[in-house]
Amino acid sequence: MTDVIGKTISEIKQLISSKQISAREVATLHIEHAKRNDKETNAFICLTEELALKQADAVDKNFASGGELPALGGVPICLKDNICVPDYPTTCGSKILENFKPPYQATSANRLFEAGAVCIGKGNLDEFAMGSSNENSAFSITRNPWNLKKVPGGSSGGPAVAVASGYSSIGFGSDTGGSIRLPASFCGIVGMKPTYGLVSRFGLVAYASSLDQIGPFGNSVEDCALALAVIVGKDPKDSTSIDDPFGKFNTKKYPALDMNFAKSLTGHDGSLKGIKIGVLNDLLGEGLESEVRAATENGIKVFKELGAEVDEVKVDHLDIALPVYYIIATAEASANLSRYDGVRYGARDKDSQDLMSMYMSTRSAGFGAEVKRRIMLGTYALSTGYYDAYYKKAQQVRRLIKEAFDKAFEKYDVLISPTSPTVAFGLGEKTDDPLTMYLSDIATIPINLAGLPGISVPCGFGREGLPIGMQLVGPQLSDARLLTVAHAFEKSVGFASKRSPLATVAR
Amino acid sequence: MKYETVIGLEVHAQLKTKTKIFCRCPTEFGAAPNDQVCQICLGMPGVLPVLNKKAVEHAIKAGLALNCEISETTKFDRKNYFYPDLPKGYQISQYDAPVCMSGHLMIDGKKIRIHRAHLEEDAGKLVHAGAAGLHGSDYSLVDFNRSGVPLLEIVSEPDITSPEEAKNYLTELRNILRYIDVCDGNLEEGSFRCDANVSLRPVGQKELGTKAEIKNVNSFRAVQKAIQSEIERQSKILDDGGRVVQESRLWNEADGKTHSMRSKEEAHDYRYFPDPDLVPLSIESAWIAEIRATLPELPEEKRQRYVNSHGLSLDDAAVLAESKDLADFFDETLKLGANAKLAANLLIGPTTAYTNDNKIEFTETKLTAKNLADLIAAIDSGKLGSTNAKKLLLDLLATEGDVNKVIEEKGLAQLSNEDELRKMVEDVLAKSQAQVEQYRSGKTKIRQFFFGEVMKISKGKANPEVTNKILDELLPQPEST
Ligand SMILES: [Zn+2]
Repeated sequence: MTDVIGKTISEIKQLISSKQISAREVATLHIEHAKRNDKETNAFICLTEELALKQADAVDKNFASGGELPALGGVPICLKDNICVPDYPTTCGSKILENFKPPYQATSANRLFEAGAVCIGKGNLDEFAMGSSNENSAFSITRNPWNLKKVPGGSSGGPAVAVASGYSSIGFGSDTGGSIRLPASFCGIVGMKPTYGLVSRFGLVAYASSLDQIGPFGNSVEDCALALAVIVGKDPKDSTSIDDPFGKFNTKKYPALDMNFAKSLTGHDGSLKGIKIGVLNDLLGEGLESEVRAATENGIKVFKELGAEVDEVKVDHLDIALPVYYIIATAEASANLSRYDGVRYGARDKDSQDLMSMYMSTRSAGFGAEVKRRIMLGTYALSTGYYDAYYKKAQQVRRLIKEAFDKAFEKYDVLISPTSPTVAFGLGEKTDDPLTMYLSDIATIPINLAGLPGISVPCGFGREGLPIGMQLVGPQLSDARLLTVAHAFEKSVGFASKRSPLATVAR
Repeated sequence: MKYETVIGLEVHAQLKTKTKIFCRCPTEFGAAPNDQVCQICLGMPGVLPVLNKKAVEHAIKAGLALNCEISETTKFDRKNYFYPDLPKGYQISQYDAPVCMSGHLMIDGKKIRIHRAHLEEDAGKLVHAGAAGLHGSDYSLVDFNRSGVPLLEIVSEPDITSPEEAKNYLTELRNILRYIDVCDGNLEEGSFRCDANVSLRPVGQKELGTKAEIKNVNSFRAVQKAIQSEIERQSKILDDGGRVVQESRLWNEADGKTHSMRSKEEAHDYRYFPDPDLVPLSIESAWIAEIRATLPELPEEKRQRYVNSHGLSLDDAAVLAESKDLADFFDETLKLGANAKLAANLLIGPTTAYTNDNKIEFTETKLTAKNLADLIAAIDSGKLGSTNAKKLLLDLLATEGDVNKVIEEKGLAQLSNEDELRKMVEDVLAKSQAQVEQYRSGKTKIRQFFFGEVMKISKGKANPEVTNKILDELLPQPEST
């Protein structure tokens, strides 16, 4: 049997187009691999086998009749279970939506399916994307394929683990404060959060609407570029999606993130001459594990060898980004999650005798502790008498953070930092201490607040052989240039072909 | 003590759009429950609102007609509260940057200021089984057809001082919204709803008293009655040395009283914040100008013109201007050269009586401006007498026809030929010697008899003026008594 597990997009497409294997066989092999091994990793909330085979057959049929293999033709993907696909539950990792099947499809899923992607399953996540370890799922705890005693990072832990374990070639998560980049870093793969507004949020169940953004996971920067090129672009169903992102709003004339760009990435010579890189020194301080520091320093060396100018840079207010995030994100979440009231869909406490008790018992039973904590935080921050001190102040600081990044980008093309101060930590290690848990996202959160594109690329391995990620950040809409820099870095730093034991065992 | 009444009105006007404000569901009234819903107006997970441009256009148009300033940038906010008819657990509304600010209306020569007008989405509708409200019902059902229907909430300043004035303000406001065709103003279908804030203060006091908000008033008459009843309730409390409680009160048509709605739901903290799903909206001045150019002549301008340029009484002008259809028809008739006063009289008198009797709208009659103008011309020229004119008008309201042809066919033309009339009068007098004698002897009241006889012979066509003139000539001089 042809080896298809742990392959990149172009490898899989090459195998299919050279007729060494069919899309159906690719799908079946991935599903079998997942069925055999995901009992341990819990990357999936559900497998979408029927859908996968239907999609794979369509790709095969079209290819057999002389069609060209589309951008993601036959490529197995995993979608985080907060991205709506009809006929299957979209649970958001929550009991309150356990049996909820949306009658509509997310725009990003539409675009992926039209590009020939084959959906293997819906990925596990922290409930409503709230968490950094994937331990907040109501259904099962996702485990890291590099070490099953470790967390995979959250909240898009499921799709990250699916890719890192070889259940799917690429994956899609949502990133509100680091939910793609952190698990990418913990799982030794590439994960990118695009510029806010580049990918439609229609059909993505909202956590914090002004921060949420869908993005890809892949075994390489190139895969992320190819995957992203399929889903970017204005969606009339999402008012916050940017119209003509690389046209009229692209005043800085960044290259367009489209299929031509994504395909051209392989041919890039790898030189970073003329690129100015700023190291975010605020994120190199307290709490940084020594292996992470060492890998980061090695990464800096690599950038220099590639010809980039590297400097340390201070971006103001990064030290208060975390509290700002926990006010804005929770405030938005408190409203976004109000619709789960047991009235129209989802779980309902049927024994309640009156409206108020129905609301209370439905929501008490339906939501987990972290979700409740954040709803309460957000409700508090918006309350009369506290609004000015919390929500309004946080919005003001958010603007200052944006401006501080703008200032830094006057001088630098790309800013870098460790994606997380630590490698993947042990299961249960931080569940009793939310504040420590929140610190995992200290480097990723400011990027969401400023709406910037950020990508995590593997840059080394730490204790117990756990992966370490480097975060690269660019100005708004510089996503393509950021990918070019990340690609050059990936090629030189040399971890792109490393696969987790689970993805390797399957070979 | 003598109190002064202070009233502020909040009107929710449903904007006349084909689709809802944030989705593409139709807004038509009367569909089967939950027939006009989609994932967006049902608040399903992961869906997003997209603003209906027409709703904004209507809001701007209303703002302009109400003399408001239109905001250069406006935004939408979430108003958070739980209720089963509110699918998202928040209503998308406008908090601190409404689309329209600081307008006014002229009511009987007095300026009533408008504080603001903002866009928002309507909620669904609950239907309870076994009780009038949610409390105590066996079960409740919810119909989301109305969920997401665009509303313009128009908030007046507390400039209104009597129930009568409140009614007049509402009448004029509804009339204007109908004139500019942004709201059908149908109270029964809930497309024009009103809450009234009422407070009292001792005459001369500047500071406002504590207000009560009266809800559930479904007709203009009810508004007047509810406010009156609330004034009486509050003055009694104040006279007895008590204090008015700030609260919402429900008007009950049956017992003619307002009742406290005091409940837990009252203690709302709506936790408004900008809706991150909708981007702030900049309204360009060119767009405002474009909309302004579509504004028709408004009721107040029409009334002024009718009084000043056409010599109508203020009352007649007001009746005509109250209906845009009637006023437009009147204007069209004038353009055809008709006498304004006659046109007004015919439209206000027999025409309105006809539509009322038949319970139809004016637009449902067959009358055309050309016909009315021809009719008036026939009256003016003496061709048609007033009795037959009225008859003919009723015909023209009911069936199409050409005025002059109908006059011809039905022989309605007035008889003004002096020779013919003289002969008729002579005949009547000759046949009525006894009555002529009575007249001569001083019983001049009997003159009406001769007039009536002439009318009878002429089948009502005799020109009254000419007939009277001839009677004057031919009747003997009465003896003075
Ligand atoms: Zn709808």
